[in-house]
Amino acid sequence: MSGGPPPFTDFLEGHRGMVYRFLLAAVGRQDADDCFQETFLAALRAYPGLRNGEHLDRWILRIASRKAIDHHRSRRRSPVPMAQAVSADRPAPSDPLDEELWSHVRSLPPRQRVAVAHRYVLDRTYAEIAEAMGGSEEGARANVSQGMKRLREQMA
Amino acid sequence: MKTKQLKRLAEGAQERSRAAAAALAALAEERNLLDVAIGTVDSPIGGLLVAVTPRGLARVAFEDEARDAVLEDLARDLSPRILESARATEAARRELEEFFAGGRTRFDVRLDRRLIRGIARDVLATTARVPYGRVTTYGEVARRIGRPRAARAVGNALGSNPIPIVIPCHRVVRAGGALGGYGGGLDRKLALLSLESSRPHMATGRWEDGGGG
Repeated sequence: MSGGPPPFTDFLEGHRGMVYRFLLAAVGRQDADDCFQETFLAALRAYPGLRNGEHLDRWILRIASRKAIDHHRSRRRSPVPMAQAVSADRPAPSDPLDEELWSHVRSLPPRQRVAVAHRYVLDRTYAEIAEAMGGSEEGARANVSQGMKRLREQMA
Repeated sequence: MKTKQLKRLAEGAQERSRAAAAALAALAEERNLLDVAIGTVDSPIGGLLVAVTPRGLARVAFEDEARDAVLEDLARDLSPRILESARATEAARRELEEFFAGGRTRFDVRLDRRLIRGIARDVLATTARVPYGRVTTYGEVARRIGRPRAARAVGNALGSNPIPIVIPCHRVVRAGGALGGYGGGLDRKLALLSLESSRPHMATGRWEDGGGG
């Protein structure tokens, strides 16, 4: 109609919950805030150049996926011992099941972790995951199934 | 394991995202990515929405103007990079609160006049000089902008004032003493004039050195 994207504050309000859910599963509680801010700052930077307000959910998930994967890369450059990393991720006492689950999800390769978060936390289709992560639908399917296979093996 | 379990990782996202979203405006401001900060003020004439840009206060909207419509206009006319920010709107909100408390008779906040166009530039620049507690007429404003026969156009321009209260278009009334019109409704115009003086009287003599804006 009017051409440009909607006021950013409305866009933020409409998408913050989804992005945060994705990031909690993709990067964990400790780093979700940082990735959230990086995601929406990147969105804000590009925002006036958007031609319209369509498919903003797909757009923000592309940015969030990139941030989640980049975040893993920067993390990998400075490895932290697993036990220490897990406890640092969850400083507050919490449900032991979530704690254990996260320690397993955390051990997945980044693209598998991000793909699993898209599929089973946001319930995205493989086509949507492929679009968000850049790659083919087959690739998305493979990342999800390999990730789940590994999780099942670890948790068996 | 069951895939359903994975959703447990995302518990609490809604509240956490609210806090994270609220923190975004300050980060955006540091990076010069906050083009329009919005905030709200409670006042005796209802809630006010203020919009502040790096250049200054650009918009004051009354609560019965639809928020969505106000924000969409700001997005189109200024920038869609609009975020709520208590910090960036602090000065404007404080001055309005002081004004309504009766302790402020002129505004010191810088104004962003980009939403004022055409004849309204001259009309509102002139109106901004009508002192607190005084009123003038549409005809007098028309005369002062050098268009003495344009009283009606002056009325329309005042009605388009994007920064009411701060640019005091409520201080312009009809020659016979009738209130005339007001974008925010005549009740608000009357309330503002009553706040400024129990008996508003005609501004006489020089008032270039008076008001705010």
